[in-house]
Amino acid sequence: MARNKRGIPEINAGSMADIAFLLLIFFLVTTTMDVDSGISTKLPPWEPPTEDPPPIKKKNLFTVLVNGNDQLLVEGEYATIEDLRFQAKEFLDNNGDLSCDYCQGKNDPSSSDNPGKAIISLQNDRRTSYKVYISVQNELVAAINELRNDYANRKYGKDFDQLAPEQQQEVSDAYPQKISEAEPLAL
Amino acid sequence: MSKFKKSTGGGTPAISTASLPDIVFMLLFFFMVTTVMREVTLLVENKKPYATEVKKLEKKNLVTYVYVGKPKENLRATLGSEPRIQLNDSFARLAEIKPFIIEERTEINEAERALMVVSIKADQNVKMGLISDVKQELRKAEALKLNYSTVKGDISKNE
Repeated sequence: MARNKRGIPEINAGSMADIAFLLLIFFLVTTTMDVDSGISTKLPPWEPPTEDPPPIKKKNLFTVLVNGNDQLLVEGEYATIEDLRFQAKEFLDNNGDLSCDYCQGKNDPSSSDNPGKAIISLQNDRRTSYKVYISVQNELVAAINELRNDYANRKYGKDFDQLAPEQQQEVSDAYPQKISEAEPLAL
Repeated sequence: MSKFKKSTGGGTPAISTASLPDIVFMLLFFFMVTTVMREVTLLVENKKPYATEVKKLEKKNLVTYVYVGKPKENLRATLGSEPRIQLNDSFARLAEIKPFIIEERTEINEAERALMVVSIKADQNVKMGLISDVKQELRKAEALKLNYSTVKGDISKNE
């Protein structure tokens, strides 16, 4: 029959592009590209508050206080956020008891013994704003990261991020991230 | 004239648009794959502070979010402008954090429970008192891995 010879009639695909565009625009609008990121810390486990804290030498503590007006007191002196990173680095890298052979600090006997013992103590007021707290946290973490990166470059000639996992672990152990946070009080 | 000469007067030939759907589909699939649908509607203001030393949160299913901030402007008439905590789609009191964390933890499979991370998404103008209270609650709930959600950028922009 003549009709059969024509075969199946072609479906008009002209509107395909329109449909695809419609979907495309929907996904374009709903897409959020940003991956969640932030400053990672670890909280200490919950303990009854009666327990005595382990004794720490005062010179191994780097105290940072932030008051309700977002002002900083570092080691008993007024300081700014811009100087904090440098001061923290100097403290952590000090190597007062000469037991740390990779440190490049000043070996000041009145400052921290070695990076393993050095602890940064951070205390803030209840009225401290979150953004200043984050800025302070960021500078303290940056100080540790810079020390790790320098050490990685000296030892392996590579940035910290490019090291193998076990090398990263070793560098991290050389400069542990010890930031202790006291409960806030009204300063 | 030779019989091979093209007939003139047809104007510019139409460009074939047959491959247009293919191109569009390609883009479509790209966006479909990369899309992350927003799971919660924010009831609080959330302008995150800037920081440079950020770590990415990779495994989405291990992350629990706690939002902190002032209620959005249309809710202020009834709720006031004091910063509030938001868990999932509703406001919560401090005491509700612990059961929330415990419930979220049971949804993670057993082998990965220790890797659970709590992400605090707080507005940059919140005071630390509330954040500290949240942190204490998290300690009680034994959710000790914490991440302060920030935007990558210099801290001098935190004004």
